[in-house]
Amino acid sequence: MGERIISMYEAIAEAIAQEMERDPRVFVMGEDVGFYGGIFGATTGLWKKFGDERVRDTPISEMGFVGAAVGAALEGMRPIVEVMFVDFTGACFDQILNHMSKIQYMSGGQLKVPVVLMTAIGGGYNDAAQHSQCLYGLFAHLPGLKIVIPSTPYDAKGLMIQAIRDDNPVMYFFHKGLMGLPWMTIIEATWAPVPEEPYTIPFGVADIKREGKDVTIVAVAMMVHRALEAAQKLEKEGISVEVIDLRTLVPLDKEAIINSVKKTHRLLVVDEDYLSYGMSGEIVAIVAENALEYLDAPPKRVAVPDVPIPYSNTLEDFVIPSADRIAQAVRELVG
Amino acid sequence: MPVSKETLIELYRTMLKIRLFEERVAEIYWEGKSPVFNIAADPIPGEMHLYIGEEAVATGVCAHLRPDDMVAGTHRSHGHYIAKGGDLKKLMAELFGKKTGLCQGKGGHMHLFDANLHFGCGGIIGAGIPHAVGAALAFKMQGKDNVAVSFFGDGAANIGAFHESLNLAAIWKLPVVFIVEDNLYAISVPKSKSTAVKSNAERAAAYGMPGVLVDGMDVMAVYEAAGEALARARRGEGPSLIECLCYRYKGHFEGDPQLYKPEGEEEEWRKKDPIPNFRAKLIKEGILTEEEAAKIQAEVKALVDEAEKFARESPWPEPEEALKHVFL
Repeated sequence: MGERIISMYEAIAEAIAQEMERDPRVFVMGEDVGFYGGIFGATTGLWKKFGDERVRDTPISEMGFVGAAVGAALEGMRPIVEVMFVDFTGACFDQILNHMSKIQYMSGGQLKVPVVLMTAIGGGYNDAAQHSQCLYGLFAHLPGLKIVIPSTPYDAKGLMIQAIRDDNPVMYFFHKGLMGLPWMTIIEATWAPVPEEPYTIPFGVADIKREGKDVTIVAVAMMVHRALEAAQKLEKEGISVEVIDLRTLVPLDKEAIINSVKKTHRLLVVDEDYLSYGMSGEIVAIVAENALEYLDAPPKRVAVPDVPIPYSNTLEDFVIPSADRIAQAVRELVG
Repeated sequence: MPVSKETLIELYRTMLKIRLFEERVAEIYWEGKSPVFNIAADPIPGEMHLYIGEEAVATGVCAHLRPDDMVAGTHRSHGHYIAKGGDLKKLMAELFGKKTGLCQGKGGHMHLFDANLHFGCGGIIGAGIPHAVGAALAFKMQGKDNVAVSFFGDGAANIGAFHESLNLAAIWKLPVVFIVEDNLYAISVPKSKSTAVKSNAERAAAYGMPGVLVDGMDVMAVYEAAGEALARARRGEGPSLIECLCYRYKGHFEGDPQLYKPEGEEEEWRKKDPIPNFRAKLIKEGILTEEEAAKIQAEVKALVDEAEKFARESPWPEPEEALKHVFL
């Protein structure tokens, strides 16, 4: 009996459908999540199955409907709200920054805000500066938000079910290039075996996507796949690379990072988010605080070099970390 | 529809409770802040926005609400909370930053939450408007006949969330009532300089919902308009907007020199003060005697005394409490 192979977008939609069947409090709203099924397919088939009431197309009113998700959560619902691109969170940032993330704390723990805000991230398809960002570092910086970033269909389903069942606000970032959409560059790993039955993946547990002994690469989303590609090349050169997929930034599996670095003695963080003041710096700081004496070389970071994502192929390819740049950084680390 | 004697007296008592509570807050606030004003000085530190003058609005609206109806307030929300049936002791203790406060000292004056009363407010202008819409959406989806009320000022009626929220509430026909507290100023900027229409009630038409302008210094005018709008919402007939014209006697915050207010303006509005006027009306109409009014005054004062004593005697939170409640 062969395993069922589905895409990441189908895995997310299936997770949501199964939770909607299990729990009548779960509903979805956002722009084009209904009939269209979500611009990136994350709500495919839901509207047909559950109808207008529980799969709500909204007007283009991010502040309004993200705020409404907060209000509905306060009254006992479990909304999943899609903001089409993470770049558009500017239009509802106050609701995330000052309300979704803080009401639980400000109320002294009286209230909970179980919203899942899902949003598309990532570049690599010439959508340029306002449609290609990652920005999870920005949200991970804010206390009170759980930050989930799947890299495979299997993780996407288990993490989405976990997110919906979590009583805290969760931001769920899916990478457009990993969704398995036919109109994107196809990456093999975006179609993968996913069990049909519901299952959860706990937050704060990183996944070692490849074991190795010479260098630890820490990454999320698309950069996990770029790192794996680099690791394959490097294997032929006799360099053994371990690839850690964090899967969630908040909570963060510090132990997995530290343990891996204690084994390999070298650290490279690869990030499709901006370099400065973000995920890559945080991980280097954690290793410096906890395992500095184990390092045989100063840690390295490969990330978007603090510029907006440019349009032209040559420019975009230059700023978003590639397997070649990752491999080169690893060579420098072991050299 | 005739209003019962009990209701009339309750409206009076609630307005008085808000007034006396806030006058006491002002006294305590200044206790630590003269002769030198330091905003961080105890017993009540931080910014302080008082509702004095606007009591008829919260009172007239909340008189129609049940404990499980939702209210989204503002940065100036002591009045909304008290009118919703809030606990004066916990409220005062929260203003002091004490462990026994409503939010265990984590929220403070602008961020008051009471899960039992379905009450919340916050310091970001207009941000509560979509929360009320979401609560109303939840009630509708849950098949309940509860309603949500969003209070906000004339200044907030110019932020995007106001317009997005009215549109959402209208297209989804939600049980929510929007209450604009037009106190003439957004901090210092008068409505004439900030708002393209004379009354925000006119804006309701753009979202296909009823909009009315009422005298926010007259608790009965507010009570009647809100009663109609809330009954309509409970019947599943959709949202409404009520603009209540009122006046804040105090500054935007305690310590605001209020140079933007024309001379004599406050005196004119004081003539319309909702509390003594309503008291006189009730006495004139034989609803209340002077003695009964004096008794209510004494009872309310005792509640405020008790709240103050409770707050002063309550313990501080342990510093490490700061680390709790980020996640459940």
